[in-house]
Amino acid sequence: MSKPLKQIHLAAHFPGVNNTTVWSDPKAGSHIEFSSFVHFARTAERAKFDFLFLAEGLRLREQGGQIYDLDVVGRPDTFTVLAALAAVTEHLGLTGTINSTFNEPYEVARQFASLDHLSGGRSAWNVVTSWDAFTGENFRRGGFLPQEERYSRAKEFLATANELFDSWHGDEILADQETGTFLRDAKAGAFVHSGQHFDIHGRFNVPRSPQGRPVVFQAGDSDEGREFAAASADAIFSRYAALEPGQSFYRDVKNRLATYGRRPDQLLILPAASFVLGDTDAEAEELAKEVRRAQVSGATAIKHLEFVWNRDLSAYDPEGPLPDVDPVVSEEHISRGRAQVRMYRDPLATAREWRELAAANKWSIRDLVIETGNRQNFIGSPATVARTINDFVQADASDGFILVPHITPGGLDVFADKVVPLLQEQGVFRTEYEGSTLRDHLGLAHPDQIGDDRRAAS
Amino acid sequence: MSSTPASSLHLAVALDGTGWHPASWREPVSRPRDLFTAAYWADLVTEAERGLLDFVTIEDGLGPQSSHFLDPDERTDQIRGRLDAVLIASRVAPLTRHIGLVPTVVSTHTEPFHISKAIATLDYVSQGRAGLRIQITARPNEAAHFGRRTIPRIDAYDSPAAHEVVTDLFDEAADHVEVVRRLWDSWEDDAEIRDAATGRFIDRDKLHYIDFEGRHFSVKGPSITPRPPQGQPIVSALAHDTVPYRLVARAADIGYVTPHDVDEARAVVARIRAEQNAAGRAAEPLHVFGDLLVFLDEDPAAATARRERLDALAGQPYPSDALVFTGTPAQLADLLQELHSGGLTGFRLRPAVVGHDLPAITRQLVPELQRRGAFRRAYEADTLRGLLGLARPANRYAATATATASA
Repeated sequence: MSKPLKQIHLAAHFPGVNNTTVWSDPKAGSHIEFSSFVHFARTAERAKFDFLFLAEGLRLREQGGQIYDLDVVGRPDTFTVLAALAAVTEHLGLTGTINSTFNEPYEVARQFASLDHLSGGRSAWNVVTSWDAFTGENFRRGGFLPQEERYSRAKEFLATANELFDSWHGDEILADQETGTFLRDAKAGAFVHSGQHFDIHGRFNVPRSPQGRPVVFQAGDSDEGREFAAASADAIFSRYAALEPGQSFYRDVKNRLATYGRRPDQLLILPAASFVLGDTDAEAEELAKEVRRAQVSGATAIKHLEFVWNRDLSAYDPEGPLPDVDPVVSEEHISRGRAQVRMYRDPLATAREWRELAAANKWSIRDLVIETGNRQNFIGSPATVARTINDFVQADASDGFILVPHITPGGLDVFADKVVPLLQEQGVFRTEYEGSTLRDHLGLAHPDQIGDDRRAAS
Repeated sequence: MSSTPASSLHLAVALDGTGWHPASWREPVSRPRDLFTAAYWADLVTEAERGLLDFVTIEDGLGPQSSHFLDPDERTDQIRGRLDAVLIASRVAPLTRHIGLVPTVVSTHTEPFHISKAIATLDYVSQGRAGLRIQITARPNEAAHFGRRTIPRIDAYDSPAAHEVVTDLFDEAADHVEVVRRLWDSWEDDAEIRDAATGRFIDRDKLHYIDFEGRHFSVKGPSITPRPPQGQPIVSALAHDTVPYRLVARAADIGYVTPHDVDEARAVVARIRAEQNAAGRAAEPLHVFGDLLVFLDEDPAAATARRERLDALAGQPYPSDALVFTGTPAQLADLLQELHSGGLTGFRLRPAVVGHDLPAITRQLVPELQRRGAFRRAYEADTLRGLLGLARPANRYAATATATASA
């Protein structure tokens, strides 16, 4: 008997504040007006997607001591916009990225529990960490956290939030108007947490929400991040959308689960993926090239080269050859508030390699940045893209994808209209929502159920 | 201040659970089992909008409700638990079109950076109907929920030590509001330029660091959220004494006060206006609203009976900072007009039982006031500032830039 087909999970990432988003396209709309979010969310729901995903950054990026002005800048507050989207959708999951460094567990737990109540069980939390003093300048604590402690804080933050979610069991509210008993249990919401990062106690004031706890995402890629996900997350927002790196990441993370007494289906791997669709594969390839050129203007190319060179390159012509000066190797970086620059661990070697590449291919600075930059993950006709996505999922490169369109807010429409029906025809994607909560869509058990299973197994 | 006639007053409703009386949930008309659903709040705010009210406020707190002033209790006969007020407001925003949405925000343990973008976002999702009501908490148990600081226990409310604690918390609230407001202005309205020729999405000269340094926090800015539709959403605060009057006078657009008669109203308004002058804001519009808890019935005896019944269920008369009104909609209209003559520009009514007294406000009090020419007959503006007769303010940083350029 052949292996049954896996069902694909699909999500929609609202276009972000980076150069993937092409704001210069005449079709590009507002990134801040609520109507854009409504359009995007309704498209995702029309296509029966699992959830909508919002990223977050708590300080505007800077480069060379000035606010970075070439990408989309500005976004709404995550919780607030998700709560409003709950009013204009019925089934779509609502996933927000919320930082564990510049928030406190009591407040975040009550915001997620509230969002879960107000959305009828559709909330999810992408737990991210940061440590930089740059972002800290906007917050009470400042840049208080040593880099090596960011995961220990994130772990304890999530554990503490879970204690708060679990401080109500769901059966406390009697609200018996006759007898006058509102609460069955005077101690509802009582909690005590003493740890390295948090020493708090008292009473949580939001009763148990429909999902018990929000669905938890993790996005970090380090060994520590993967271990955190294997121990505590329901899903990973990963960066490995290609087949082989995806399979290798998938195996690695799913193999870590047994240590924590968890089954492979209790952690979903959902890479972020961009796409370009055309009537034919050839047309899509052409279009994809155009999009990449639009994503990397001459000005953007110079700024991206500065990520490696770590010095002001504004005097260089983006259509000309690469700089002959070497990168500045320093702890201080010209770009601030951007995780990406840490990828270049040996800038001198990268510069050498890029000069050789550019010379061999006769590439200008802009050509080089385009060619070495991210290519869209799925390029082709709807049939090609649907087949590729399904092949990747069936080959365990992922459990589905979080799609990142390059146009706001209409960039998802063509995928919804042309690719989703093909996946539905193949029987690998839902034609109707079967449940009402995000846990239902993702096939994840309610936390109470998981607790019962563990007790039964022990 | 606006085209509304001077005889016209403003009306808001303060939403809290099933109503302000702790036994309100036991009334058959109440829906205590629905408190934690979106539909419940949508129904209340829609009802308020049906009555053409200026706005609703939504109570909140960073700990369970309590019958004690400063300590938690272990009572099981009253509502305990609530949802985040900003998120309730945001959840109902797309379902309404005109009414202002003013959630409570606690300054004592929250980040002004997060609050500023949350209210800015509420302003975006409501298309210009957002505000906030700033509140402090001196409760030691709520400080323990955060574990970042201890708040000294206040024993006697009027002792010098208590005064010091409360003054400090209000100073922090003033700083909090200052940061929230500066962040709203940290983007000029036309900062987003989308200039394809130069590849620039924003004109970064129109984004501003706020560089706030205070005793409790320092905030660099700019906000991650562009300037909201109203420019500055509404800031409001409840005030009972000199220290909070000062906060209202310096930082707010609306102060809620609790005089029990027209003479007191006149005196409170005078104190706030004096603080306003002292703060150099004499020329700026500042609303002073009277807070009243209301039991409304067509038959005054029914209102009194309801109050007695609920007090009996609660085991004690309801202790209220605000005047408790029991009577008919026409009697309440008389009282509001009398207090209005003492300088109050509007009222925030606290329904004793929201399921009963909110419809009484929207369907009986409002028509009564309309008949007297004292309340709007249709929404005359699309934004909360517009309803309150407040102009869209200039951006403080844009003004600085112009002044610098012309110097």
